[in-house]
Amino acid sequence: MLNPQLNKDGALQHLLTIDGLPREILSAILDTATPFTEVAEREVKKLPLLRGKSVFNLFFENSTRTRTTFEIAAKRLSADVINLNIGTSSAAKGESLLDTVDNLCAMQADMFVVRHAVSGAPFLIAQHLAATGRDHIHVINAGDGRHAHPTQGLLDMYTIRHYKKDFTRLVVAIVGDVMHSRVARSQISALTTLGVPEVRVIGPKTLIPADVDRLGVSVFNDMRAGLKDVDVVMMLRLQSERMQGALLPSPQEFFKYYGLTADKLSYARPDAIVMHPGPMNRGVEIDSAVADGRHAVILPQVTFGIAVRMAVMSMLAGA
Amino acid sequence: MPLPDAERLCAALADSLRPGLHPNTALVGIHTGGVWVAERLHAALGLKTPLGSLDVSFYRDDFSRSGLHAQLKSSDMPFEVEDRPIVIVDDVLYTGRTIRAAMNEIFDYGRPARIDLAVLVDRGGRELPICPRWTGQTLQIEPGKNLQLERNEAGVLALRLIDA
Repeated sequence: MLNPQLNKDGALQHLLTIDGLPREILSAILDTATPFTEVAEREVKKLPLLRGKSVFNLFFENSTRTRTTFEIAAKRLSADVINLNIGTSSAAKGESLLDTVDNLCAMQADMFVVRHAVSGAPFLIAQHLAATGRDHIHVINAGDGRHAHPTQGLLDMYTIRHYKKDFTRLVVAIVGDVMHSRVARSQISALTTLGVPEVRVIGPKTLIPADVDRLGVSVFNDMRAGLKDVDVVMMLRLQSERMQGALLPSPQEFFKYYGLTADKLSYARPDAIVMHPGPMNRGVEIDSAVADGRHAVILPQVTFGIAVRMAVMSMLAGA
Repeated sequence: MPLPDAERLCAALADSLRPGLHPNTALVGIHTGGVWVAERLHAALGLKTPLGSLDVSFYRDDFSRSGLHAQLKSSDMPFEVEDRPIVIVDDVLYTGRTIRAAMNEIFDYGRPARIDLAVLVDRGGRELPICPRWTGQTLQIEPGKNLQLERNEAGVLALRLIDA
């Protein structure tokens, strides 16, 4: 099947998921992001690439960091940014979502940045645009349900490459609530596509999907064993708002077994980096001493995220 | 048509720049060929201000037609631009659009005292009112051809004419 994210020339038309994107495209995004990091050092932190374009931030689910960094990225590219915060209360139905999109297209939208609680909502919008011949409008998935959060996965890869240079010698562990995490799914696809030889997932059985080993990762229920000699520790947020039923005894219990403490981190390589997509639950999945410690690269992740989102938006707009 | 020797042109260009330079002058090369020429000039002129370099891809006027090119370089301006005399250095001057993009980019770092332009070869064909202050050599090249500066493994610069 044709990848709906690529146009007929093989260029990126939408960014919906990292799944199925070839290594060349992922590498091109990371390469393109590098010169954008330098823009933050300038007197005028603005580039003219998206001048005259309208970017609509369409957030059906709350988010501060992701929406803000997308907004900064678009503004640094000189786009006009319109933020729509559509509450979580009314579970959006297919029809009303596409009606919203049609209305915004009538306002000359050039790009949609979409976050939605329903997996596949950005796909639906991209399909709708293709079916109605509006190929000049681009869609970026900013997180859909439990499915994907591709720009988070990409900024994580940028961060790893920044500190570790070469993907092909790394052992990477993803720790925590893999079950409810769209971030984990995007991270696993990106890591395996970029050639990381060993990806581990660590967490309690109730929070690890039963078929996760099909993605080519090894599963550890014991955190110390899982962290042994890893180069990169990618923590996940415990997504209490997505949990239904009793998957966990309590956050305290989770911290005892799966919270990243200095003691557990000491099993990783001495130069290991610690990442977290935010927002952090201190004392639940990560100890403050680690979150603020010398291994943590959590704030650089946020800064790199702006450059990576600028790169993605520029590549889409130029496709 | 025999093309001039690029290394000799660099040396001659450096000689013509020397009398016109201010102690604070900074050279800024445009990726990739312009940076090579700027490196030659910087060494020959013994300038104190470190060399700057620009990748003007983010400022090009054909972005909406052709998108971003692969292999972007980072721009690097390792000095204060405010009130400084700047010389943009490029290998081949053609339409002038690259120079316009470079000037726009420089102003995003600050307000320079002045900007001059030094080019190894002026091949004609201007589409904007841009004129270099220093030119290594003027050549008449027909529109269907690309004049390129290349650097071989030994680091020697040479001009080459190819079909566009």
